[in-house]
Amino acid sequence: MAGHAHAPAGPAGGPPADGVRLDVRGLEVRLARAGPDVVSDVSFTVQAGQVLGLVGESGSGKTTVVLALLGHARRGLSISSGAVLVDGVDLLRLSASRLRAVRGARVAYVPQDPSAALNPALRVGTQLREAIAVHPGAVEDPGGRIREVLREARLDASPELLRRYPHQLSGGQQQRVGLAMAFACRPSLIVLDEPTTGLDVSTQRHVLDTIRSMCAAYGVAAVYVSHDLAVVGGLVSDVAVMYSGRIIEIGPTARVFGDPLHPYSRGLLSAVPSPVQATRLTGIDGQPPRPGRRPAGCAFAPRCGFATADCRSRQPEPVLIDSREVRCLRVTQVRDSPAGAAAALGRAAAAEGAVPVLSLRDVSAGYGRRPVLTGVDLDVPAESCVAVVGESGSGKTTLARCIVGLHRNWTGDISFEGAPLRTRAGDRPRQVLRRVQYVFQNPYTSLNPRKTVGQIVAQPLEQYLRLGYRERSQRAARALADVSLGGDFLSRYPDQLSGGERQRVAIARALVAEPDLLVCDEVTSALDVSVQAVIVELLRGLQAGRRIAMIFITHNLALVRSIAQSVVVLRDGAVVESGPVEQVLDRPADPYTARLMEDVPKLPARGAQGTSGQGAAAAGPTVPELGR
Amino acid sequence: MAGAALVTAPVAPPGALAGRHPWLSVLWSAARTPRGAAGLTMALLVAGVAIIGPVVSPHSPNALATLTFAKPSGQFPLGGDFLGRDVLSRVLNGGWLLLLMAVAATAIGIVAGAAAGIAAAYLRGAPDGLIMRTVDVILAFPQLVFALLLLSLVGPKLWLIVLAVGLSHAPAVARVIRSATLDVAERDYVKVAELQGMRPVKVMAKEILPNLITPLMVEAGLRLTYSIVIIAGLAFLGFGQPPPTANWGTMINENRIGLQLNPWAVIAPAVLIALLTIGTNTFTDAVARVTIGVDRRPEEAALLDDLGPEQA
Repeated sequence: MAGHAHAPAGPAGGPPADGVRLDVRGLEVRLARAGPDVVSDVSFTVQAGQVLGLVGESGSGKTTVVLALLGHARRGLSISSGAVLVDGVDLLRLSASRLRAVRGARVAYVPQDPSAALNPALRVGTQLREAIAVHPGAVEDPGGRIREVLREARLDASPELLRRYPHQLSGGQQQRVGLAMAFACRPSLIVLDEPTTGLDVSTQRHVLDTIRSMCAAYGVAAVYVSHDLAVVGGLVSDVAVMYSGRIIEIGPTARVFGDPLHPYSRGLLSAVPSPVQATRLTGIDGQPPRPGRRPAGCAFAPRCGFATADCRSRQPEPVLIDSREVRCLRVTQVRDSPAGAAAALGRAAAAEGAVPVLSLRDVSAGYGRRPVLTGVDLDVPAESCVAVVGESGSGKTTLARCIVGLHRNWTGDISFEGAPLRTRAGDRPRQVLRRVQYVFQNPYTSLNPRKTVGQIVAQPLEQYLRLGYRERSQRAARALADVSLGGDFLSRYPDQLSGGERQRVAIARALVAEPDLLVCDEVTSALDVSVQAVIVELLRGLQAGRRIAMIFITHNLALVRSIAQSVVVLRDGAVVESGPVEQVLDRPADPYTARLMEDVPKLPARGAQGTSGQGAAAAGPTVPELGR
Repeated sequence: MAGAALVTAPVAPPGALAGRHPWLSVLWSAARTPRGAAGLTMALLVAGVAIIGPVVSPHSPNALATLTFAKPSGQFPLGGDFLGRDVLSRVLNGGWLLLLMAVAATAIGIVAGAAAGIAAAYLRGAPDGLIMRTVDVILAFPQLVFALLLLSLVGPKLWLIVLAVGLSHAPAVARVIRSATLDVAERDYVKVAELQGMRPVKVMAKEILPNLITPLMVEAGLRLTYSIVIIAGLAFLGFGQPPPTANWGTMINENRIGLQLNPWAVIAPAVLIALLTIGTNTFTDAVARVTIGVDRRPEEAALLDDLGPEQA
């Protein structure tokens, strides 16, 4: 623990600075005043200088919890019971004006999107001074403090920087300004809501390092929310996994991630792709219940392989086991059954020497005069999958759009089965359009909300093949079955589907046309990790089973091993390196690839901490402190 | 109450109904808000008078039944007009044609405006420039002046009034629908249709139009209000049905000289026109609010924000 921390004096009567900084007890948030609970029975503590990671998929209630840590509930929600003690003061009992004085001074918040959180019309210096000026008396020398926090946030504390506007900074610099602002008044608690989600892996790693060192240096307690388990794994000392509004497992990161005991944590972790080894990803079937529809017993029971009748009727209380708290009635059985080691994938080597289905020669593209791609060469062998990886802005999506004919401003040669492709989709023959299918990144905008799933999936059959109604509906139903969706989905509308289901519909729409080449553009980036695993496995199975060629575009290097045989690394619109996956990722020839591989956040190795049988058995019903 | 409903019959996926009958479901939710209910009541009241009026009218609207500007009496509850005709009967008979013309003019304006707006936004380039510059020229004339110009060229024919009012709406509708289309046309599902080799006309009709129902409904309500005002105004100025026929707009003009003798001959038609326009306008406002979610119950809104799939 950060014992050396030179900590600011806590409020009068507060506990010593390097004890418990944040103590959350029995937090409950409901819809309206007496509606169903969104979050309930959330209790945890954070010591000075420590970072607690709060992980969960969308809808798990993690954002609701962190907003409650600031004494805030979103419109329509209300904090119905519990306590949030910061240095011994309960924020939920403060008056509105006291709360306002505390926010920003004792409790600070770093939002997800720095470009939206900074005022575009004010200079950086003005905004930093403002953050201090709203708390008169909190800081003695504002100018000096600003220079100090900027240095701590690893920004150049020059007058030029202070005179800049937010849009003149890079994404990483903007987030550092946000961090500096949060640390400016030397708060006791900092709440970070996915602050690195929009950043590239390298920038992300630097920002994470900064957060860790600033928290340790000033004895600040931090709560870090993320859906990215690997990011959290490398940053935090303790981690809490949320599911359906409750913390289902909480404890030291190495224990929870190394040897998860709750079936949900296990499922979540085996869905995370590994950057070092090709594994078969396993997702979690089904989806979490929404507030108001949560079952009487354990909310995870309907999706859980260990569930018994008892699980469905009785709400599990947290038990202390193996130095972490787990909310599972069958935790001892779960512990004794081995965590299925991630199955390694054997793979067929990319067919060498065969005529490529698609080949690009010297393709350059731009928006207006700005070049986005320069001289890209790429071959997609028949029946194999080529991954295209790169950071944001590297031109991955533009490349895909050139291939399918949505981007017009390109030069060079793209040939499909030996014949050159026309620039625009509108000029290509109908059968060529049919044989090259594109799956869009965002399933929330790629399905027409006014059409049923059946209409959406059958549409290619009408457009490409002019099939009759009966034939169309039969083939659409079969295509849905291929992506594991039942026939009852035919009459549903997209807004009745989850993100994963929508993406399956989009894949079914592409496959129903029986393409020879499938271009998948970041198809999992809008989805949760457990859903991502399901979709990637689905695509891998379909690609191998139907022997189609595939281009899989992603920013997530870890996914590459799970799906592709060869990989192309893009940087600033140019190919840096390409070749078989093992060669490029294990023995990168280019320093850029090597750096990318190094900066990918990695989970602690599974099973690193052996499960000895010590300290089993259930502890008392509620255990406010973490067992250590 | 609302909470209990959420528990038992929860999360009928928001907008599930909107998928099936988007216009009906939106109209229905608008009608259930206080604002929408008030607006709809007013408008339906006046529409009821206009439609049922001719059947229940006590006298012939054109018979000289009483004295000029006679005070209200038992037999003539609203008195007589400037020729001694029964005001009540003329009010009951003078609305249906106004209503019919307003609806027809609105329909023409919406269809022409939407077609122009969608085509301009989706096709871009030369068609966009041509359509929008034409729109700018027409918008430079005040609507009433534009209608009067057309009428003075051809003469006061009823179909021409409808056409003139309808066409005078089209430019404003085109502008609104163009900007709405610019957004929809960039969605990925439109790109999907293009990659399937769908023809532009079909893309506009099948992919884009169904997603413009909301702005079209709001626009239709607004334009209906304007149509009523303009058509009644034209009648007041003498461009309407020829004299003996009853018409609310004409009645205000022909009876205003006797305002002190029998004010009801002016007040009755004026109040009906006012109620109709206020009613349609208020209801339109409610529809617009429902569609942007202002009047959505907070717990529903929170559910959508927190847990629902994010609409990009």
